[in-house]
Amino acid sequence: MDFSYSEEQGLLRDSVERFLQKNYSFEQRRAIIKSREGMSATVWEGFASLGLLGLTFSPDYEGYGGTGVETMLVMEALGRHLVLEPYWSTVVACASVIQWGGDAQQKKILLPRIADGSMKFALAHSEPGTRFDLAHVETTAHQDAGQWVLNGRKTLVVHGAAADLLVVPVRTNGKPTDRAGISLFFVNPGEEGVGGRDYPTYDGMRAAEVSFDNVHIGPESVIGVLDGGYALLESVVDRAIAALCAEAVGCMEALNTQTLEYLKTRRQFGVPIGKFQALQHRMVDIRIEYEMAKSMAILAAVKVDSTDAVERRRAVSAAKERIGRAARFVGQQAIQLHGGMGMTDELPAGHYFKRLTAIDTLFGNADHHLDQFWLADSTPAVELPVRLKSRWKKI
Amino acid sequence: MDLNYTSEDLAFRDQVTAFVGDKLPGDIARKVLEHKRLGKEDLVRWQKILHEQGWIAPGWPTEYGGCGWSAVQRHIFDEVCAEAGAPSVVAFGVYMVGPVIMTFGNSAQKSYYLPRILSSEDFWCQGYSEPGSGSDLASLNTRAVRQGDHYVVNGQKTWTTMAQWADKIFCLVRTSSEGKKQEGISFLLIDMHSPGVTVRPIIMLDGEHEVNEVFFDNVEVPVENLIGEEGRGWTYAKFLLSHERTGIAAVGRSKRELRQLKNIAYQEQKGGRPLMEDQRFRDKIARLEIDLWALEITVLRVLAADNEGHPPGPEASILKIKGTEIQQALTELMLEAVGNYGMPHLPMAWGDHWLGEYVGPEYAAPLAARYFNFRKVSIYGGTNEIQRNIVSQMILGL
Repeated sequence: MDFSYSEEQGLLRDSVERFLQKNYSFEQRRAIIKSREGMSATVWEGFASLGLLGLTFSPDYEGYGGTGVETMLVMEALGRHLVLEPYWSTVVACASVIQWGGDAQQKKILLPRIADGSMKFALAHSEPGTRFDLAHVETTAHQDAGQWVLNGRKTLVVHGAAADLLVVPVRTNGKPTDRAGISLFFVNPGEEGVGGRDYPTYDGMRAAEVSFDNVHIGPESVIGVLDGGYALLESVVDRAIAALCAEAVGCMEALNTQTLEYLKTRRQFGVPIGKFQALQHRMVDIRIEYEMAKSMAILAAVKVDSTDAVERRRAVSAAKERIGRAARFVGQQAIQLHGGMGMTDELPAGHYFKRLTAIDTLFGNADHHLDQFWLADSTPAVELPVRLKSRWKKI
Repeated sequence: MDLNYTSEDLAFRDQVTAFVGDKLPGDIARKVLEHKRLGKEDLVRWQKILHEQGWIAPGWPTEYGGCGWSAVQRHIFDEVCAEAGAPSVVAFGVYMVGPVIMTFGNSAQKSYYLPRILSSEDFWCQGYSEPGSGSDLASLNTRAVRQGDHYVVNGQKTWTTMAQWADKIFCLVRTSSEGKKQEGISFLLIDMHSPGVTVRPIIMLDGEHEVNEVFFDNVEVPVENLIGEEGRGWTYAKFLLSHERTGIAAVGRSKRELRQLKNIAYQEQKGGRPLMEDQRFRDKIARLEIDLWALEITVLRVLAADNEGHPPGPEASILKIKGTEIQQALTELMLEAVGNYGMPHLPMAWGDHWLGEYVGPEYAAPLAARYFNFRKVSIYGGTNEIQRNIVSQMILGL
């Protein structure tokens, strides 16, 4: 039983925090949202030079071999500063797809490019009408003259337009909701037949609708086992969920700090409003929710590396459910405690609230994960390779 | 970062499990697991077994008879005992007055009282609340007036749990009306068998006799029963509240009750299927299970900090609030689960040696009383609103 961070983990946390304090003020963030790309190339380069872009994968490919705990530390910081860049999609989700499912060639070509910041990725897993069911895949691929031909449509591809390469679950066999028969493909969005529409989401980020109309891609684009991609997809989505849980904890931490500060400075009836018990107790309740969320984010961060898939699934869904509830409560109450000011675009509070709301939805909301938590025990286990050995470089 | 117990802790857990499996009397465990009424004899019998093993007061320093276990090991011990259906050790002696005596008492008090606490020779109760002093405890009025080598005590305490069984009571009494109200309070140990002490039962909404009013009518208490200095009682009481409070979350007990809740939900039928398969009910259980998991990890975080030399302060209030909410939700869902069979009120049915016929399943009989009884947990030990005041002041600085 040990909840402390190693010295290296402490250094990592501090260096990310320092970088963001310097380069990610609320005003800088506002400018990034307004920019054409919706992300900052300078910030991304900064992440690369800090070594953050190689966080999750093996040192054999210029990565740092971090565990779920290192991801948690970074994501908490990104949450505190409401970072917009495609970090979880590139470094947590898609890099993990390559690390755990890619062949030697794919790893050798792609992972170092993630690490140095030259390639960004998005995970195109959702389809219209499938809600949060990962196994519901109707986008198809069939073979034609040694090539794969893709047809179908993906929705809410977060950071889709920023991505140099998409990771796309495709049905190569079986019925639309079967777990078997799903394969993962790399698709270059510049390929002929790929259509897209980039749009903003309410949390200041970008997402895309992506369509595939007879898109021809080579056999080297298949990731991992043909028809057997679901296990890999589920495990990397769990990593992404654990990361988002940590991001939510970072959001709540910053939001609670700002709310508490507001209670101590805003005066009504001649006293700081924090002197009123009705507000004190609400502030205590959101603090308690934060502590519960923090505990669950730690659980998810540790268990996401578990080789026992049932244990991993239970923990990750429990965390997402609890944090979804906490995020909703903390966000709503923080706005209420800020009063009219909480409603304005000017104050960060509303922006944290919106991001927390988005995190509850991404990869399935609290209700969805309540079901998944319950089902985890009876779901066939998906065994994962043993965890990476951590080999930190000083950063 | 490691959520697993060390191999040392796991070996320790095996040792505790073996001991409990071997020594916990089956009749006592059955009463606990089936929510039957526990008598003083049951509680004392188990405490004497723990004493014989040297495990009655794990948190005490070893020189006074403690076990020298880490905070994590104490948690493991509590959890194994609770899951097996051991009754909780009555807190008033071991967890409350004992640490006060060993910290602020003189050597005569230590050598007299501490061994008698460990052996359960003295059964203790707590004299804090008064009819006019609940959450505003410092306004208390029970007076102790010094006359030569003794105090004369007059006044009334209330909500005194298990006073009907107690040999001794530790009391907050007013020895002065000067200055701040907290500064006139002293900490006095009183023999319940003294002339002038009267105990009157209060029957609670579950129909049970658990708490009492205690009246003091010119009770003579030797001055050597004063702990520490006159007027410092409030300080000692606050110390007591900050001592060994992680157990307040009762995670082990709630894990046991969650298991029982699931057992009941598998037994009960709805539309020809187990109630457990009813999504509406199942969701409530699943949410509660996740809440309990979050609380457990939070407790472990606090314990790990304790192991590192940062004992919990106001964080214990957070554990109390969440722990009691979960305990109450468990009793509520259990009663809900048995539907109609929660209604029959047969108080004899949860006592000893009842040979009568149950109306519904045996497990359903005590559940309503238990639900009603457990409303107390968010009131006692400082209401959950007082706990929020503590967090607000001590953690948030409001």
